[in-house]
Amino acid sequence: MTEPAGIVLKNAWLIPAIPLASFVLVGLVVRPLSRRLAGIVATAAIFVSAAMAWILAWEYFSATPHGEPTAVIPWTFEWLRYQTGLTVKLGVLVDPLSILLMVVVTTVSALVHLYSIGYMHDDEGSGRFFTWMNLFTFSMLGLVVAPNIVQMYVFWELVGVSSFLLIGYYYQKPSAVAASNKAFIVTRFADLGFMIGILILGFYGFRLFSELGDAGLQPFDFAFLTSPAVLERLATMHLGTCDISILTLSMVLVFMGAAGKSAMFPLHIWLPDAMEGPTPVSALIHAATMVVAGVYLVARLFAAFAASGTALMVVAYVGAFTCLFAAIIGLTQDDIKRVLAFSTLSQLGYMMFALGVATVGHPLGYTASMFHLFTHAFFKSLLFLAAGAVIHAVHTNNIWEMGGLVRKLPITHATFLVATLAIAGIWPLAGFFSKDEILGAALDGGHPVIFAVGLLVAGLTALYMFRIYFLTFWGKFRGMVTDPVHEVPALMRVPLVILAVASIVAGFVPMGRFVRIGEEHHAGINLAVAIPASILALIGIGLAWILYSADGRRAAQCTVRMGAFYTVIKQKFYIDEAYLFVTRRILFRFVARPIAWFDRHVVDGGVNLSGWIARTTGSVLRHLQTGQVQVYGVWFVGGALLVLLILWAGWR
Amino acid sequence: MGLVSGLIAIPFLTTLAVLTVPAARWRAIRWIAVTGCAIHLILTAVVTALFWQQASADVATMKTALLTKLYLVEQVEWFRSLGIEYFVGIDGISMAMVILTSIIIFTGVLASWYVETRTKEFFVLLLTLVTGVFGVFVSFDLFLFFMFYELAVLPMYLLIGIWGTGPKEYSAMKLTLMLLVGSAFILVGFLALYHASGLHSFNLLKLAQANFSGEFQRWVFPMIFVGFGVIGALYPLHTWSPDGHSSAPTAVSMLHAGVLMKLGGYGALRIAVYLLPEGAKDWGLFFMVLTTVNILYGSFGAIMQRDLKYFTAYSSVSHCGFVLFGVAALNLMGLKGAVLQMFSHGIMTGLFFALIGMVYGRTHTRNIDEMGGLARRMPWLAVMFYIAGLASLGLPGLSGFIAETHVFLGGFFGNDWTNVTVMRILTILSTMSIVVTAVYVLRGLSRVFYGPIRNSHFEHLDDAKLPERISTGVLAAVLVIAGVVPWLLIDLIEGALMPILNRLNGSIAMTGF
Repeated sequence: MTEPAGIVLKNAWLIPAIPLASFVLVGLVVRPLSRRLAGIVATAAIFVSAAMAWILAWEYFSATPHGEPTAVIPWTFEWLRYQTGLTVKLGVLVDPLSILLMVVVTTVSALVHLYSIGYMHDDEGSGRFFTWMNLFTFSMLGLVVAPNIVQMYVFWELVGVSSFLLIGYYYQKPSAVAASNKAFIVTRFADLGFMIGILILGFYGFRLFSELGDAGLQPFDFAFLTSPAVLERLATMHLGTCDISILTLSMVLVFMGAAGKSAMFPLHIWLPDAMEGPTPVSALIHAATMVVAGVYLVARLFAAFAASGTALMVVAYVGAFTCLFAAIIGLTQDDIKRVLAFSTLSQLGYMMFALGVATVGHPLGYTASMFHLFTHAFFKSLLFLAAGAVIHAVHTNNIWEMGGLVRKLPITHATFLVATLAIAGIWPLAGFFSKDEILGAALDGGHPVIFAVGLLVAGLTALYMFRIYFLTFWGKFRGMVTDPVHEVPALMRVPLVILAVASIVAGFVPMGRFVRIGEEHHAGINLAVAIPASILALIGIGLAWILYSADGRRAAQCTVRMGAFYTVIKQKFYIDEAYLFVTRRILFRFVARPIAWFDRHVVDGGVNLSGWIARTTGSVLRHLQTGQVQVYGVWFVGGALLVLLILWAGWR
Repeated sequence: MGLVSGLIAIPFLTTLAVLTVPAARWRAIRWIAVTGCAIHLILTAVVTALFWQQASADVATMKTALLTKLYLVEQVEWFRSLGIEYFVGIDGISMAMVILTSIIIFTGVLASWYVETRTKEFFVLLLTLVTGVFGVFVSFDLFLFFMFYELAVLPMYLLIGIWGTGPKEYSAMKLTLMLLVGSAFILVGFLALYHASGLHSFNLLKLAQANFSGEFQRWVFPMIFVGFGVIGALYPLHTWSPDGHSSAPTAVSMLHAGVLMKLGGYGALRIAVYLLPEGAKDWGLFFMVLTTVNILYGSFGAIMQRDLKYFTAYSSVSHCGFVLFGVAALNLMGLKGAVLQMFSHGIMTGLFFALIGMVYGRTHTRNIDEMGGLARRMPWLAVMFYIAGLASLGLPGLSGFIAETHVFLGGFFGNDWTNVTVMRILTILSTMSIVVTAVYVLRGLSRVFYGPIRNSHFEHLDDAKLPERISTGVLAAVLVIAGVVPWLLIDLIEGALMPILNRLNGSIAMTGF
């Protein structure tokens, strides 16, 4: 077996470093000079990174055509030394998984940057926009190449903050500000689990490292934490007298972080609101890259999740539930970006449960999940960019104020249709292959319930996607806007077309050859799965046609008939309200406010009380010091008598 | 006179120079002050280089050392009859604190560039205060230490009382009295050490070789720890801090929250834990419980604050909790985290108070609810504010993350003489503050800077001027540097922590007395 080598591989650190350099350069130097130039420099940097990522993939996979994939760390240095034997080495990990993500992140990012030059053309703050976009891309690449869990956490937080900055890009708009705060705080809450998980893994990893550690590894390294010997020990250690192993506990905690970032139920509430950011941000961060970080983390630690079993089941069921839950809500939303956001949630659910149904002996789900991550990145970012073009043209997000755009926006329409067919899983577009593989994995893995959910959601996906497709592009224009509707400029068409091509061909990538556990497998089309899934998708499309083709009049009647049931779904099952109740009504009112009051009145009251006692005592005693000898004499005689009295009492 | 004495002498000489200038020439005065502080920064850099050159050779031997090794020592007998010496020097912890103070006073003077009432007296008191602070950080004789400590605390009363805002007399009085009560505890503790050692010396290194009985340590440790705890905002003795900080003028808040509060953690570590390891072991868990309260209570308390200074003061109560929490964890990561957090919090909170002063100088309000949309008028200040805020919520890449993860790991790893399960539960409770901190920082900052401009008077405000940009820019840069290249600080302080740690781990018998 040959060790993969190559000039780009040796210098793989440049892939994240170029966006970093560009972030600093654009942020400090270029932006104050010219915001146009800022966009160009920022975009060029990401294109260089993307080119390197593709060359890296070629170098790596051509060196290991069919052999066991090896992990290479071409660059590393000691960054943080907690104590002897517990250090964090920043590094660049090159293995199939990280290459896949590098390719996806840089490619989508480059195209979104290019699109943004057009989209943000008239925005005075676009220099700031491109600075943050570069920061995001750097952070995401740092996350992807992390060889240890601490580096993962470091960049995990950095992508969180770049997402926060970009959601709040329109900072004068209160809803955008609220959404950015919500996104950061909800994911931060989830990261608390991640952090505690790291503390546990750090402690046990450090303890086990002295006997099981390899040279060249650190306790925080994924390679160490997922090595069989360590997993075996962690699985047999228990938390006190509970029946929970340390492994399960730490993996469930880590999954909490993953669920926050990937917006799994019940931590999903931030993602729909995050659509307040500019549309290219939604396309890049909240569809294709950052939100898959949670899936990526579970894939990275897959061996540990699999060894725990229980933790993997949590992943599977949380994923499946989110998949269904979000698809149902997606059917009812009126904001085109929010429908896409719920669609993203649902698709992330697919990726998550695909990992959950995989096992070491039956690892198809692992490949399928990464396959879906790959294809979804293209068609979902395309959906957002095309939706952005629509919004750009009609100045509204509400699908009920669109309609009839098929002739006015031909290219946008064509690309949107390709992406819609792809996500609906229509052969031979990309989504068909990856979804087929996921459903096949669920069925073969012995999870009939999850399989059924996946199948049902395949139909729902087609329904909610074609709902917005028909309402946006067919029927009559229902909007108020009188301005002529223009197709997007050429600069913005290029990324749309490239992504549309990718959405068509990405399904033919033999993912099982590249990203896998164990033997290479040639997953052909599983007809037992593909036929029912395709039929359901077609039924979904047909239903959408019936309900929404004639400007949605038939759907309106349906809605009325469903009554309260529909309202509950449309209000997203009141999950946001439940959170608000817990935080505002309970935490703020019954914890924070009492503490503030307690501090001012009880603790500080104690201080003031002692001050008051001292003052009062002083002012009382002051009256004794009159300066009159007669008064002193009285006190003297009185005191002397008192002493005598006590002495006399004592003698008796 | 050696270089370390120079660290004390420069602010003192600057004070004298300011005194010679007539009060009417206040422009000259601030130039003198800033020049003095710039020279001090240069001297600090020289001392750091010399210190590092000598200390890096000793890294290996320090691993097993039981006695603190000092560099650039100056030792002169002062009162032979009482065993008092002028004994100054530098070790890693002192070095970190001196760097911190030097940066804070430099940026603090720049941030007070526009103080126009009684400029002369203001700078005289400020520089006197900082002379005391430097003195504390380099003194290794307890008497000298205490003298400088009082010199640092007392000017605060006048600085707040004269240049403060709001109920300034009340705040000044409260702050001074509470700190003096703390001083009384410290003084009694020092005298107890002096007498019980039987060595007839205040020399810290000599006292470190004394054989204090376990019973003695059990009594004196909490006395000294609580005495320093008052200034380190140990719950429930922290209440001087919100009032004091909110009333104090900008540079004083910066120095006070940035540096003076660190005297608490410094003293607790340097004197209480170092001299009384057995007492520390007995009381460690108790103080961990109190500091956990600090951490959570401060952060929850901050959520409800509407005044930017109260907000930052409660945040400081929470963050200073991490310092003492780390000290009480009594292992390498905890102690290191404590020192890192002292540095990190010092810079971060200095930046916070500098910015609050600048915003207040423009809007004339500190009420969060009256502000809004300021980012459009003051983008520089907004960016700086967010950097400080993100550092305070522990964002990786900024200094807070490094310090906090050290403290968390220290608490979670536990030590050999404390119930590890309880320590872990306390640590996990403390980690919750990272969420609460995110809540109050983001809510507070977005209300001030984001959204539409709510007050039409704010439409005409201007952004930071050059001295203000230098001041805040330097502080923000330090936050980034400390977060991105953490080994600079870690290498500096680790060697100095080893003796403290070795004394905890080894028994007293190992010291040979």
